[in-house]
Parts: sequence; structure tokens; C-alpha cells
Amino acid sequence: MENTVVSATKFNAWFGDNHVVKDVSINIEKNQCVAVMGPSGCGKTTFLRCINRMHELIPGATAKGSLKLYSDEVYTMNPIYVRYKIGMVFQRPNPFPNLSIYDNVIAGYKLNGLKVAKADLDNIVQKSLTSAALWNEVKDSLHKKGTFLSGGQQQRLCIARAIAMEPEVILFDEPTSALDPISTSSVEQLFHELKEKYTLIIVTHNMQQAARVSDKTAFFYVGELVEFDDTKQMFTAPKDVRTQNYITGRFS
Amino acid sequence: MRFKNFPTFQPYNLTTIFKIKTMTPLETEIVSLKKELISMWMLVQSQMNKAKEAMVTFDKDLAREVLIKEKRVNSFELKIDRDCENIFALHCPVAIDLRFLLAALKINTNLERIGDIASGIAFYVVESTENFGMKSLESTSLLRMYDEAVNILIDTRIAFEKEDTALARSIFKRDEVLDEINENAPIAVAEIIKEDINNIPEALYILSILRKLERVGDQSKNIAEEIIFYVEAKILKHMDSGKRKIEGE
Repeated sequence: MENTVVSATKFNAWFGDNHVVKDVSINIEKNQCVAVMGPSGCGKTTFLRCINRMHELIPGATAKGSLKLYSDEVYTMNPIYVRYKIGMVFQRPNPFPNLSIYDNVIAGYKLNGLKVAKADLDNIVQKSLTSAALWNEVKDSLHKKGTFLSGGQQQRLCIARAIAMEPEVILFDEPTSALDPISTSSVEQLFHELKEKYTLIIVTHNMQQAARVSDKTAFFYVGELVEFDDTKQMFTAPKDVRTQNYITGRFS
Repeated sequence: MRFKNFPTFQPYNLTTIFKIKTMTPLETEIVSLKKELISMWMLVQSQMNKAKEAMVTFDKDLAREVLIKEKRVNSFELKIDRDCENIFALHCPVAIDLRFLLAALKINTNLERIGDIASGIAFYVVESTENFGMKSLESTSLLRMYDEAVNILIDTRIAFEKEDTALARSIFKRDEVLDEINENAPIAVAEIIKEDINNIPEALYILSILRKLERVGDQSKNIAEEIIFYVEAKILKHMDSGKRKIEGE
């Protein structure tokens, strides 16, 4: 339990009357890569968005139950602080189109009005881009627009932007579904390196990706967390027949 | 009970699949692989039966037929290996599909070895200059052992077809009968030699066949372990019989 970074206890989320996350209880440990999978509409993305309180930005969306970052309740913390500590990377790469690569990386600092010395910012940019395995490719064009990069590079730029704030947890919502196989492979390689420093939670529809990159896998079905176990166990001998039917493609 | 939510789960039972829904491409591949393994099984069974008949009736032509058909068993092995390789490469199987394919690869090897045993027995019949005396076959319990070995092979196939792990578990106990006959064989064989020193070649052939039949029991036991592994995700390999009983039941 000491190592638990994110923990949910009987956590529920709604869109109006639509109960999309039902009584989810889960403990996610430090420096683990957790894959979240399940059929469309099963509540996995909603649960992910609840973790950094993006769910509440949608009108009519509500949540109930306990969701903690370490020992602090996420829903009583300052949402801005929550998003410092819990970064997020989305399905489609979304660098700020009018900002340079450099400014994209430090966007979190700039947009929040945090004053940091130029030398420190340079350091943050280099460190973040290096961690996102992008530094060597962009070090000579830091002041070009981020949108000039390829899809895979843009996604890694978004990861660098999340890393720059030194979060505890990074959430990924289908991070490679818009990327080609080579970019996907480089982002997956990055997951292995990132989990040395951060805790990663990845929503993915690609089961082979979940098997390749994650230490633990959670399977959601109609809003419930059906099974949460070691990825090796889930993909060789799942305990619940619904998990088995889903991962073997027999779901009807 | 295997799963919390549903009492039974028989993914490769053809009737169940057709009743519920159309099969996925992976299911189709796996069902056809299963059919192929069963065909190989039937061939190996027939090889064992023919080798026995050749041995009892000293029918060298039948024994030669077994030797020729061994090539078909080998072809089955190569085909099944290649099919498994293709399924792994093209369908990335997981969970029960993955376990089924891993089991299929090992069952394939075990069946091919039983095929080798049948052709080994047939080879003795071809090589032997004199027929095996019925008295010797009975005093060494060879015929009884042969029947039990073939029955074990048949029941293992039924357990595989029906995914019947209780039947698969019964094989472990029945293999012990073969082991017992094999352990007592040297005494019975020595008696044959004592009776007449000229019986040495026959006695040695009989002893070799007994040893081979004991291997059929071992191969069938390995297959039974694979069936339990793929259906229940339980590993019973290299467990002593007491622990296997606790784990298995």
C-alpha cells in the first residue's frame, strides 16, 4: 500500500443520468505501467479523465466515491495542482499550433504564469525532450512550430510537454491509435523508459499493445472493473470469462 | 469451478459455437487444427493396432504397411507444426487460444513419438525370424499391456475432443498399471529364457516391446497434462502423484 500512487475506492461517475463508471476500486502502484482496456463505451476513458478531474469539465458530469493521489483526495484538491501532478496525453497529437517546439514543452509553466529563469527553462526543455526521446531529432529546430513535426514526433512532443511539469502520473488516452507502426513502436519504447520515473496509465484498444507495454492490465465492461491483474496472467489465464471472451475476440 | 460468472466454457465445442454465433477467423483455424490433431490421433491409434495384429499373427506385410504409413504420421507432425506457427504469426492468440496452441504443439510431438513406437514394434516383426509364441506374450502380460496402452491412447483422445479433464486425470492412474507390468517384465522374460536358451531373441524383442508400451503410457500422460493445462490453465507437470491429486481436484 505504501507504493500506491492512485487508488480508487467505490468510485462512480455519471453523465447526467447515465452511470458510466460503477463502484470501481483499484490500487495503482508507483512506477507501474497499467493498461486499461475494454469495449467502446465501457467507461475506461471516463475513469481515466476522472483521475485528473477532466471529467467534471463536461456539463452534467458528476462523480462520487474516493479517488486518491497518494493519501490526498483528488476531488478535494485544487484541480490545477491535480493536473500538475497528473499529466495527460490524448489520442491525437495536439501541440499548440501557434507555439514553437520549445514553447510547447514549457507551455504548462507559461500558461500558469509560473516564473522560471531562462537557463532553467532551457534545462527543462532539454531534459523533457530527452526523456521523450525527441531531443536528438529536434535540438536544431527548437524554434520551429510544433506542427511541422511528424505525427509520431508531435505525440512525443505532447509527452515532453506532460513530463516538463514533473508529474507523478501520466495518463494516456489511446496514445498511438493515430500513429503509424514505426511511430507507435517508438512511443511504446518510450513507455518502458518513462515508467522508470513515472506511473503510467494507458487506455488502449490495441490488446497486443497492452500486452507489450504494461505490467498490469485492467479490464472494464459496462462501467465495472471486471478484472485487474498482472498482464502476463490476464493474457495467459484470465480469471473471469468476460475478460477471456474479450481478449480472444469472442465477445458478443 | 473455473470461472466466477459462468459455470462452463467450451470454446472449441463445435455444436456450442455454431449455436451461439459465427466463428471468428482464429476460432475457425483452431477448430480445423483440432480436427487435424484428431485425424493424426486416429492414424497413430490405427498404427498401434496394426502393429499389434502384425505382432500376434506374425504378418510381415502388415508390419511393412505400418512402417510405410509412419511417413504419413511424420507429415501430419510437420503440417500441424506449420499450422501452429502460422496461427501464432497471423492471429497473436492469447488466453485459452494461446494455451490450446502451446498444448497442440506438444501433443503433436507426443503423438509422433507414439507413431515411432508403433513403427518400432512393426520393425521388430519384420526383423524377427520366428513368430512370438502366444505363451510368451501372455506370461509377460504383453497383450494386456498393449490393450491398456491403446485404450489409454483412445481415452486421451476422447478427453481432448470433449475437453473432459476428469477423463484426462484418470489417465495418470492408468499409466501406473503399465509401469507395474513393465517393472515385473524382467522376471517374466528371464523365465522365457530359462525355459529354452534359444528363446533369447524372442525374449529380447518382447522386453523391448514392453519398454516401448511403457513409453506410450508416458506420452499419453504428457498429453493428459497438456489437456488439463489448456482447459483449466493448471500445470501438473513434474508433480508427484499426491500433490497432483490435490492440485488437480
